[in-house]
Amino acid sequence: MSSEGERSEASDRAGSKATRENGRDGGDGDHVSAGDGKFGRYGGQYVPEALMPAIGELTDAYERYVLNNEGGFMDEFRRRIREFGGRPTPLQRADRLSERYDTEVYLKREDLLHGGAHKLNNALGQVLLAKYMGKERIIAETGAGQHGTATAMAAAHLDMPCEVYMGERDINRQRPNVFRMKINGSAVTPVTTGRGTLKEAISETMRDWATNVEDTHYVIGSVVGPHPFPRMVRDFQSLISEEAREQIVDRTGALPDSVVACAGGGSNTMGTFHNFIGDEAVDLFAVEAGGSSLAVDAEEGVAPNSASLSTGSEGVLHGARTKLLQDHDGQIVESHSVSSGLDYAGVGPELAHLVDEGRVTPVNVDDDAALEGFHRLSQEEGIIPALETAHAFGYLHEHHDELGDVTVINVSGRGDKDLDTAIEETTKRDIPNAPDMSMFEGGLR
Amino acid sequence: MSDDGASDRVAAAFADGPAFVPYLAVGDPDYESSLAYVEALAEGGADVIELGLPFSEPIAEGPTIQNAVVRALESGMTPTRFFEFVEEVDVDVPLVCMTYYNLIYQYGESEARSVSDASSAERSSANSRAAKPRDDGEERPASKGPRPFVEKAASVGISGFVVPDLPAEEAGPLREACDEFGLHLISIVAPTTDEERLDQLVEVSSGYLYVQARLGVTGASSSVSDRTGESLARLSDVDLPKAVGFGISSGEQAATIVEAGADGIIVGSALVDIVAEGHERDEPTEETAARLETKARELKQGAVDGYGRRTPAPEGTSD
Repeated sequence: MSSEGERSEASDRAGSKATRENGRDGGDGDHVSAGDGKFGRYGGQYVPEALMPAIGELTDAYERYVLNNEGGFMDEFRRRIREFGGRPTPLQRADRLSERYDTEVYLKREDLLHGGAHKLNNALGQVLLAKYMGKERIIAETGAGQHGTATAMAAAHLDMPCEVYMGERDINRQRPNVFRMKINGSAVTPVTTGRGTLKEAISETMRDWATNVEDTHYVIGSVVGPHPFPRMVRDFQSLISEEAREQIVDRTGALPDSVVACAGGGSNTMGTFHNFIGDEAVDLFAVEAGGSSLAVDAEEGVAPNSASLSTGSEGVLHGARTKLLQDHDGQIVESHSVSSGLDYAGVGPELAHLVDEGRVTPVNVDDDAALEGFHRLSQEEGIIPALETAHAFGYLHEHHDELGDVTVINVSGRGDKDLDTAIEETTKRDIPNAPDMSMFEGGLR
Repeated sequence: MSDDGASDRVAAAFADGPAFVPYLAVGDPDYESSLAYVEALAEGGADVIELGLPFSEPIAEGPTIQNAVVRALESGMTPTRFFEFVEEVDVDVPLVCMTYYNLIYQYGESEARSVSDASSAERSSANSRAAKPRDDGEERPASKGPRPFVEKAASVGISGFVVPDLPAEEAGPLREACDEFGLHLISIVAPTTDEERLDQLVEVSSGYLYVQARLGVTGASSSVSDRTGESLARLSDVDLPKAVGFGISSGEQAATIVEAGADGIIVGSALVDIVAEGHERDEPTEETAARLETKARELKQGAVDGYGRRTPAPEGTSD
């Protein structure tokens, strides 16, 4: 297959520095295996039998094309994410925040990736993979609309028909992204079951996949779902930390003391952490949405937060064993966050494992702190972040003295999609550092 | 429920001619009506009944059963209530529990985790979980797993399980618990299941095979897939009864499926539709139950007719 030299190249290409040991099939030395999809006690493949052959086919394609660069797949992916996506994204020193917190704050600017969020890394990777697999149709779920938008862009770029499932409530919260998907030629199908957010959208997309599995690829938007999705999505997203690690060392001559990323399903989180996992001295903080409270109301089946790493318990949802927000019976509870992209009752199995191992520290900030973070980054650095991303800055504000001398924060997305929500929520909550928003009452339109 | 060995009861249900296997979501639209509806199905000729224990994320279900699940959850159905239901329902056919893996997986945990007495444990544990501080990940519940659920199911007289989100790859622990308590694990065979997977699947299966007639989610449809015959032919060497489901809604369809070689028919959505209609119209429970019984008779008769139409003399695993 390939030489010893190419072996490390292939594994580096997939960004699997930290997980080489579990990525090997052990037998012949030059082939990288997709592994068994377990991360400690988490992961697995809990899906209907009808999907298992497709998942087997996908695992095979992931191993061949992504892990072993068959047909030059990874070369093409890297070329396209550079030319179409605009990689590498910069690492920027945040001058005012560094001064304010008396710590060196560096921003990994994924908000500058085409589409305005890290989501394109994965979407482009998977749509390209679907093409290599000979699939004819793309489906995806979306919460905030960033993954749907990225998938719609990638599908347009690679000339694939695409249908995106989105909760009705999220459609109302994220109208600009709905328009963007449609303009790119994708169909957007509202999901009306349940509370109409990401959880329901994922279930509905799985139903579509179970129906059209023979010619359709399901582009899962985060490091969740059955194997090989958690690992594959992480590999595509690990471009973030591959670049960030090199950039910070170039810039400061050393590794950072800490790396911070917001965490919903966990794709920007895993992408930002992946190449630092082997660097034991680097602290990794996953900032979850604390919502309005960390308590779970089991009687009502509601968790007014999305902090599954901080408060969840082990269970099985959407194809994987992971940490979940659930009641004592195992019914999944409704999560909440001011940012729809974090509003999910589960989390990627690898992240759950890294938390159990003590490698990743789960932390959270509430809706108000996230909104403050949103305004602070906008005012002090001229960067309007996504509300998801704003959680990381809420954490920076509250805990900057625990992050060491140098910290890297992933700016996972830009906030254009969130302006309506930011106006509404800011006015409603009386956020202390917000400008007067009264002229926008009733929204932007 | 009688407490005869589960294995024998399911085998017996398929022994004399084709089996009619209806499904209803337990607690849809409420506990009491649901009792009457399940009893009506038995009255109408059910040979095995699949009782749905509703899960909040039913990824394999179409809109009809999704809505039933919502109604059942809203009426307060829980695993604990479900087991009470199984003990109370007055039918003399084997009962199979159809649910998603997380409910099976979580069942023992609340008791194991509780610090107080067992009866109040379930409510309090959810709250203590939220308050539970987490730090080094050292605190891991060792007791999660399917065994307590299976043990409880066996004690109330359940004969087996259908778990749509549990492929053979992940079925080991549940299979083991089923073996321990003498229950069946019924696997779903999809149109996409290839030979290799089929072998793997048969390995962990017992009772009968749930043959999915077409791709997609559950739901009644006007036409029965051509792939059914194909699927049954592929399964002809498997020494388990084959019950076909997904989309069967009429006696004529039941006949066609059985004529094609099925040992049984599974009908869910067409029956749930009747429950939903009754609920929407605010119909008295007895009227809805009577309509269910009539539908059950039609489906059972269809299956019997289909059996009679087989040429030449039917034989195989059902005899």
